[in-house]
Amino acid sequence: MNRINSYSELLSTCESLKPLLHSRLNTGIRPDEKKLILICGGTGCHASESDKILAKFESLIDEKNLQNVVAASKTGCFGFCAKGPIVKIFPDDVFYVQVKIEDAEEIIDQHIVNNQVVKRLLFEDPISKQRIPTQHEIPFYKNQKRIALRNCGLINPEKIEEYIATGGYQALGRAVAEMTPEEVIEEMKRSGLRGRGGAGFPTGKKWEFGRSYKSDEKFVICNADEGDPGAFMDRSILEGDSHSVLEGMALAGYAIGANKGYVYIRAEYPLAVERLKIAIKQAHDAGVLGKNILGSGFDFEIDIRLGAGAFVCGEETALINSIQGKRGEPHTKPPFPAQSGLWDKPTVVNNVETLANVPIVMLKGADWFNTIGSKTSKGTKVFALAGQINNVGLVEVPMGTTLREIIYDTGGGIKGNLDFKAAQTGGPSGGCIPKQFLDTPIDYESLASIGSMMGSGGMIIMSEKDCMVNIAKFYLEFTVEESCGRCVPCRIGTKRLHEILSSITEGRGTEADLAELQSLAKVITDTALCGLGQTAPNPVLSTLKYFMDEYEAHVKEKRCPAGVCKSLLNFEILPDKCIGCTTCARNCPVNCISGVVKQPHVIDQSRCIKCGTCYSKCKFQAIIRH
Amino acid sequence: MERVRSKAQERQLPPELYIKLDEYIDSLKINPRSDRRKDSLIQVLHKAQDMFGYLPEELQKHIANRFYISHAEVSGVISFYNFFTTTPKGKVRINVCMGTACYVNGSEKVLDEFERVLGIKSGEVTPDGKFSIESIRCLGACGLAPVVMINDKVYGKVQVEKIRDILETYIVETSNEEVTSHE
Amino acid sequence: MINLIIDNKPVTVEEGTTILEAAKQINIKIPALCYMDLGELKMVNKVSSCRICSVEVEGRRNLAPSCSTPVAEGMKIHTNSKRVLFARRKLLELMLSNHPFDCLTCNKSTDCDLQTLAVQFGVNAKHFKGVRSSFPVDTSSQALRRDPEKCIMCRRCETMCNEVQTVGAITAFGRGFNTVVAPAEMQPLVNSNCVYCGQCVTVCPTGALTAVGYMKETWDALFDPSKKVVVQVAPAIRAAIGEEFGMPDGTAVTGKLVAALHQLGFDAVFDTTFAADLTIMEEGKEIIERIQKNENLPILTSCCPGWINFLEFHFPQLKYMPSTSKSPHQMMGTVVKTYYAEKIGVKPEDMVVISVMPCIAKKYEAAQPNLETNGIRDVDYVITTRELAKMFKEAGIDLKDMPDEEFDNPLGESTGAGVIFGSSGGVLEAALRTVYEVVTGNKLENIDFAAVRGLAGVKEAFIDLNGRIIRVAATSGLGNARKILEKVEDGSIKYDVIEIMACPGGCVNGGGQPFCHDRQEKIEARMRAIYEIDHTTKVRKSHENASVQKLYDEFFGEPGSEKAHQLLHTDYWFDDSKA
Ligand SMILES: Cc1cc2nc3c(=O)[nH]c(=O)nc-3n(C[C@H](O)[C@H](O)[C@H](O)COP(=O)(O)O)c2cc1C
Ligand code: SF4
Ligand code: SF4
Ligand code: SF4
Ligand code: SF4
Ligand code: SF4
Ligand code: SF4
Ligand code: SF4
Ligand code: SF4
Ligand code: FES
Ligand code: FES
Ligand code: FES
Ligand code: FES
Repeated sequence: MNRINSYSELLSTCESLKPLLHSRLNTGIRPDEKKLILICGGTGCHASESDKILAKFESLIDEKNLQNVVAASKTGCFGFCAKGPIVKIFPDDVFYVQVKIEDAEEIIDQHIVNNQVVKRLLFEDPISKQRIPTQHEIPFYKNQKRIALRNCGLINPEKIEEYIATGGYQALGRAVAEMTPEEVIEEMKRSGLRGRGGAGFPTGKKWEFGRSYKSDEKFVICNADEGDPGAFMDRSILEGDSHSVLEGMALAGYAIGANKGYVYIRAEYPLAVERLKIAIKQAHDAGVLGKNILGSGFDFEIDIRLGAGAFVCGEETALINSIQGKRGEPHTKPPFPAQSGLWDKPTVVNNVETLANVPIVMLKGADWFNTIGSKTSKGTKVFALAGQINNVGLVEVPMGTTLREIIYDTGGGIKGNLDFKAAQTGGPSGGCIPKQFLDTPIDYESLASIGSMMGSGGMIIMSEKDCMVNIAKFYLEFTVEESCGRCVPCRIGTKRLHEILSSITEGRGTEADLAELQSLAKVITDTALCGLGQTAPNPVLSTLKYFMDEYEAHVKEKRCPAGVCKSLLNFEILPDKCIGCTTCARNCPVNCISGVVKQPHVIDQSRCIKCGTCYSKCKFQAIIRH
Repeated sequence: MERVRSKAQERQLPPELYIKLDEYIDSLKINPRSDRRKDSLIQVLHKAQDMFGYLPEELQKHIANRFYISHAEVSGVISFYNFFTTTPKGKVRINVCMGTACYVNGSEKVLDEFERVLGIKSGEVTPDGKFSIESIRCLGACGLAPVVMINDKVYGKVQVEKIRDILETYIVETSNEEVTSHE
Repeated sequence: MINLIIDNKPVTVEEGTTILEAAKQINIKIPALCYMDLGELKMVNKVSSCRICSVEVEGRRNLAPSCSTPVAEGMKIHTNSKRVLFARRKLLELMLSNHPFDCLTCNKSTDCDLQTLAVQFGVNAKHFKGVRSSFPVDTSSQALRRDPEKCIMCRRCETMCNEVQTVGAITAFGRGFNTVVAPAEMQPLVNSNCVYCGQCVTVCPTGALTAVGYMKETWDALFDPSKKVVVQVAPAIRAAIGEEFGMPDGTAVTGKLVAALHQLGFDAVFDTTFAADLTIMEEGKEIIERIQKNENLPILTSCCPGWINFLEFHFPQLKYMPSTSKSPHQMMGTVVKTYYAEKIGVKPEDMVVISVMPCIAKKYEAAQPNLETNGIRDVDYVITTRELAKMFKEAGIDLKDMPDEEFDNPLGESTGAGVIFGSSGGVLEAALRTVYEVVTGNKLENIDFAAVRGLAGVKEAFIDLNGRIIRVAATSGLGNARKILEKVEDGSIKYDVIEIMACPGGCVNGGGQPFCHDRQEKIEARMRAIYEIDHTTKVRKSHENASVQKLYDEFFGEPGSEKAHQLLHTDYWFDDSKA
């Protein structure tokens, strides 16, 4: 890409590149317009070798001399990774799921050449069992509003031309050419955009603080540590639309007066790192990053820094320490990074999703953004739906959407038609939301008021098959492992919480333990140094609040109602029901079931590891779990 | 300026790798008097671990000297981050995702099965040095939970019954080669 | 100025003050474990890890760590609400749940901040069950004992070792529940580059870092009839040991100390200060020579083994710079086992020399193989001020009640110059008093070199030696030393003589002194006591010490003689195989 030297040149470049997207945006398609096959190149589909599928398509197009009819290209994550690899055909909006290499030829021959949709590769609705031909009709996508994810699954992330064709870098171009930093900040403040990294701090206000401190040097950091396990929206954005994040960072830099930015990204995301590197280079070449951006005199450089496997490094002060080559331990605030951050200079730390929103907010304006979302929380939020839900994946919905809408409309309901028990939002810092709040509109305030939090957007759905005490224990195990070890309440306190929870799940819990959980949790919340410790007790507090009956069953009756806690479980073969088919004995991984064919079998309880295999394999309901 | 007492002859690791690592460090142009010199420490540790496979003491001391910091400091940093290891891993590195999405989709059973089949616990290496098991948190492929990453390959929707088959392919792959980790 | 209300009392403080300091100003004492600010010694530990200092700030979601939260206009703070006290108690219970209950046998008992808090809070039961982190005790060195299970992760030692001393021997290691402060890779301390300055010991609030003790060996020697047991006491002891017996800070107890040592049963009680004068004679000679030849400058003092270790491990390329004189107590050891042994007709192998030192590095030094004379150790054991106080107490001796007695002859006479060795700047001042008079032949009018006294990290002075203006500096604390040495190395600064002491403030603040925790006024009081003794001593210049002169007449000949070189000087142990 040639260097672009001014804002007006950027505008005209955009115009000239627009045809690239015609077929995708259904705008100005000419009859002879080629079709386009987009293949997901996100981590999930990549794991299912989508790169080979792309190569296959490319060689087929060559072989069959279809260069004038169709092209194939890769794109970012569609958010529907569970159904990957995803292949989408433009302009038809046909959405193929779980495509295999062997399917490529059929798609070319049937769909591209003969214009016939390959039915068997269409998404099947789990409820109606209908095949759904187009993407926008799939329930999973119907209620979504994609702003942060606007370009994921649309453009090829490795081509800056395509990003520019969407209007990319125009917000930056206009800002540096026509706006003062104060005006940029004002626009951001008016938009009501709040940080998507967890705490929901208004982004414009944060920038205003960053601007207000005088310094010879300032920094912008993009927090791409995404430590919340089970959440992958930042990964998706970075892989599918890195340029939007870079543009957001440059805008932040312009607003606060910084000329240097860092992306702190976890090392577990090699693909995202690769894409970022490509994007940074392209942006440099195009003159939208680096020295004298678009001829405006504003300089902004971006460097990448890798994390190394520490969840706490998502906390901004810990992250800064990590960039400085230290142990990633947080420090107390104040001072906040905006005042004294990287190398003790004013530093604005923003989350990936926040930054991806910035260009579009600036481009379309605060008023537009204001129309989306709830009263206190504007815009959309991306959630990573997972757990016992039919449609697992990334969903972006307007703030204020209810849990019920997300779970039942977008998510397609609970797996196996089981009963919903709870939704855990906010990852290890969040809480479990019970049934009675299914109709609560989701935003920062409402989630906090029911004992959970937005967090980065992980949303794990739990059904009657999940034990809430065990879930609380799981999260605490995570905290104990990820605690940096600096402060007493978190280093020792969470360990003790976990120990108490373990003893409850192992049938050794007492009623005094329940009281201790409560008071210890409160002290940890009150005294821990950083957000990790302060929020670590949330899973315990919220489950204690809403699922006390389950705790009591464990403590008083030594029983796990969901049948999850192994120590409280026993598998037993009912002799009168067992017909001696031997299935269980053959499947038991530790061979602890004995019996003669056609005679009732017996489990050696001392050796049983309570894996439940026999229970699920017995076709005669002869094995009971209690 | 050196802050670490170390002698060249203590070294056991391949000198050619040291040369390669030094080339990389040289390119960073570390200024001994700048307080910002450590901003590339973690990148260098990543690089060194990529090259050597692990970060034993002699390598730590070397890196400490190159950054003009104490060995203790380097060691403190390494010990903080899960990604870094001071002991060699197996030739086949099995990482079972224990992230939330994977956990609620049964990754604990997947881990149990790997442990059972290989006869080692998570965090250990088989006596022949072939396999090691680790649990990690979230690879961003949660849609495919439960997820396992073996070396650089990601396996989604791993079924407990298929684990033996997956391992078979690696046993065949490695059996012909000499087991030396990561050179 | 900022106005705020603490426990319903209004207070006005400067901007940037912490809540803890503000509360102190109106006599509200908030407990603190990890926080430490040594003022002029420039050691500040604000890791906010223990959270014991938590207070309630109205309108704030959680409790605030008062040690690291700056005051803000209009704050309303409660330091003893139910919420606060409940939280503090729980935090203490948590700490204790990961702590061995070993107070009875712990080195630090009665001097331990954790124990004190437990007593104050009336903790009377182990509240939490659960696993404890477990680590081996590290007794690998002859000087410092690490018992990491008693560590509460206050990180004071880490700050001291890395930021103040810039040694970098220890680090927080690992993460989460099993984090511990340890040398690299949790190796034993001997394998690290620890210089045994003992400063980490002085700041550790618990028994996790203590000195290796030689009380048993000392008692054994005292009770062995076949041994002639000689004790020497360093100058800094007399200014501090009184604290252990409830005397006011900065009480000089020289005479009582001598009496108590006699009562303990030592055969001879000598003064290391005598050896300090001897050091000045030897070191002074080197200084004069090197200045006159104008070569190999600056000359660095060599009486602090902590500093010499630092040189060895961190600046080996400068090993030609320091004076080759042994440290005073080692000189004393040599003189006792040669000159004195001859004099009283006892074989040196039948003598035991005990040094009572404010110092931990000297424990290590005394065990070095090159500090032997004819195969016999110069100094057998080094005990600290604290250990000596314990021995007195064990023997039922209360220092307060002792009469004043004089040091024994012939190694007991000393000058004011020798005494000020105990404080940073003292060695330099003593040397200047002698060097000036020897070089110029004139009598020094004002012998107080005030410019090199006090707690500042680097102190400078200029002296006119017959027209040659020499520039001297005294520095204490190894971080300060590092800075100076780096400048000396790159030529950006030129000095003729530099005194370096490893402990900030010098030996009065040594690792073996009674603990003063964060009450650094104590250190100033000790300094004052030292200079007070100097002031009231009749002879205040080393070269005027009659016993020293006699020693030269009878034994060494003159300063720098071959015999002196053989016995009073050393080479450093820059032996690569040790590295
Ligand atoms: C333990 C902990 C982990 C965090 N992890 C992340 C993370 O992975 N990604 C992120 O953007 N923010 C994370 N945060 C929040 C950041 O500290 C910070 O608030 C955020 O990056 C600010 O960006 P925003 O204002 O755009 O949300 C974490 C906070 C805590 C306390
Ligand atoms: S709360 Fe936990 S993670 Fe945060 S500083 Fe304390 S120990 Fe570290
Ligand atoms: S639960 Fe698992 S281990 Fe126990 S008997 Fe059944 S199959 Fe065997
Ligand atoms: S599978 Fe069921 S019926 Fe068959 S042997 Fe086992 S318990 Fe009996
Ligand atoms: S460190 Fe303190 S609390 Fe712990 S055993 Fe020793 S004296 Fe007791
Ligand atoms: S108070 Fe009790 S525990 Fe303490 S020493 Fe006396 S008897 Fe022992
Ligand atoms: S004795 Fe000195 S050098 Fe050694 S660990 Fe303690 S502070 Fe560091
Ligand atoms: S060893 Fe002592 S000073 Fe160091 S962290 Fe532990 S308790 Fe604090
Ligand atoms: S300053 Fe004094 S107490 Fe400290 S190490 Fe040196 S000689 Fe020992
Ligand atoms: S990675 Fe392909 S849809 Fe997410
Ligand atoms: S939780 Fe396993 S890949 Fe995300
Ligand atoms: S891996 Fe983190 S999102 Fe699943
Ligand atoms: S004294 Fe304030 S946190 Fe430790």
